[in-house]
Amino acid sequence: MVEPLLSTDRLVKRFGGLLATDNVSIEVRPGEIHALIGPNGAGKTTLVGQLTGTLAPDSGSVRFAGRDVTRLPTHARVRLGLARSFQITAVLREFTALDNVALAVQAHAGHSFRFLADARADRRLRDPARRGLESVGLGDRADTLAASLSHGEQRQLEIAMALAGDPKLLLLDEPMAGMGAEESQRMVGFLGALKGSRGMLLIEHDMDAVFALADRITVLVYGRAVATGTPDEIRAHPEVRQAYLGEDAA
Amino acid sequence: MKDMLASMRTPRGLFTVALLLVFALLPLLTEAFGQRYLLSVGTRIVIWSIAAVSLNMILGYGGLVSFGHAAFFGIGGYAVGILSANGLGSGWLQWPVAILASAAWAAVIGALSLRTRGVYFLMITLAFGQLVYYLGSGLEAYGGDDGLNISRSRFAGLIDLRDKASFYWLCLALLCATLWFCSRFAVSRFGLVLRGAKSNELRMTALGFPVFRYRLAAFVVSGAFGGLAGVLLANEGAYVSPAMMSWVKSGDLIVIVVLGGIGVLFGPLYGTVAFFALEELLKPGLDLLHKGWGEYWQVVFGPMLVLIALYARGGIDSLLGRRDG
Repeated sequence: MVEPLLSTDRLVKRFGGLLATDNVSIEVRPGEIHALIGPNGAGKTTLVGQLTGTLAPDSGSVRFAGRDVTRLPTHARVRLGLARSFQITAVLREFTALDNVALAVQAHAGHSFRFLADARADRRLRDPARRGLESVGLGDRADTLAASLSHGEQRQLEIAMALAGDPKLLLLDEPMAGMGAEESQRMVGFLGALKGSRGMLLIEHDMDAVFALADRITVLVYGRAVATGTPDEIRAHPEVRQAYLGEDAA
Repeated sequence: MKDMLASMRTPRGLFTVALLLVFALLPLLTEAFGQRYLLSVGTRIVIWSIAAVSLNMILGYGGLVSFGHAAFFGIGGYAVGILSANGLGSGWLQWPVAILASAAWAAVIGALSLRTRGVYFLMITLAFGQLVYYLGSGLEAYGGDDGLNISRSRFAGLIDLRDKASFYWLCLALLCATLWFCSRFAVSRFGLVLRGAKSNELRMTALGFPVFRYRLAAFVVSGAFGGLAGVLLANEGAYVSPAMMSWVKSGDLIVIVVLGGIGVLFGPLYGTVAFFALEELLKPGLDLLHKGWGEYWQVVFGPMLVLIALYARGGIDSLLGRRDG
């Protein structure tokens, strides 16, 4: 059996009396799209925090690309190939779209203790950045300030930034949030095209998108992973139907 | 080069070139008009500009409002003063020691204060600044509160710092070097990381940048240039005292950077010139209105700053027209 790309082993996180992550063990395999779904308050964001390193678990461990990364800070996990996009759009608003992606490229191009050379004239950063922008369909927006991009474009820009370091795993925190139907469709198409090239952990509320894209789905309810399986298995799972899909599937 | 020529034809470019021209010709002008006193004001403006440019590196490009920057005036100055008082008068020794000591202090306070954010960062840098201030006051062997008269650094045969014009040229050359460095720094890989972290720290971390390390490095670089300004200030007056590193001076430096235009290369220059010019003009101006009012020039200066903060958020730089990019 292939070793999973990302896995957690009985992860626990408490906030006071609230058990936000309750013995969660999940696996993302190389090349698969693994969706994480669950109602609001299920602990998705808390789990993401522990995967990316912004939150420390109370117990349990996180393994990524064959290493225990439980104690590794965020930037070190990113270096290993764990990239993410944010639930609330996080681009560098005062920078152009191209600058945004070029900085993402730079993050993976050795250290940045270089004080004198003009980074904006550095083709080792600009060329891959331009290709990255083109790959998400923002080629003609390169010189636009990120703040002036539409919401959908900013989300595309985020994906381009996350992809810049050629990550092994892409953690997508609600990539369709706030998008119109048409923009969502385009994003689904784009993520579908990326499928197989790298592992993806997709946290998303848009069930159409989840069932269209995911190879496997894990359902989180009250901090617990109640089920993991293929989309068909999840649709048929009685506990899931009751806890979560109830109103949706009826 | 073409871009440079084109940008010189804008109002901002013309203003900056004119300003630099006045700086370059100042010793000749003051000599011609017999206003020797103005050369020493000019020298202090140049030195303060170096300090303001160094503060702009962390405040303007890094978004880190450090309220303890005058400590570097003090450390740079006292390093020269203490060495000189102990018979070590060579500038070749004094200057590197002063700059390294400033950089080391920046590394220490940076390592501690950069773990905090916002108002806490401001308060902790202020506290460290005060620490150095009281340390200086406590140096009884070196004058305590009264300060210390020193002999100027010696660069045997190369330059005589007692000559006012030579010293001015040297300060101006160092200001140009500082500005050159800052202009490269601002668009370098390092500078972009620093500016990116100002824009969105979380994002930069998620991209894989260890933001803390880059900010700490920026702090050290900024402190080194601040220490250089301290060295020059000590040599300008042949005197060091705790007053040069009081929190008021740290505040003045912040005011200068904000007044000139945050995160703009020449902003600190505009700010320093405006700050000194207003002080020099408001004092006699108010005295003319009513004898004795000059002492309260800050009563007029304060509201002017408030107006700038309210209506010209980019400082003097923003009054020179819009920026593209």
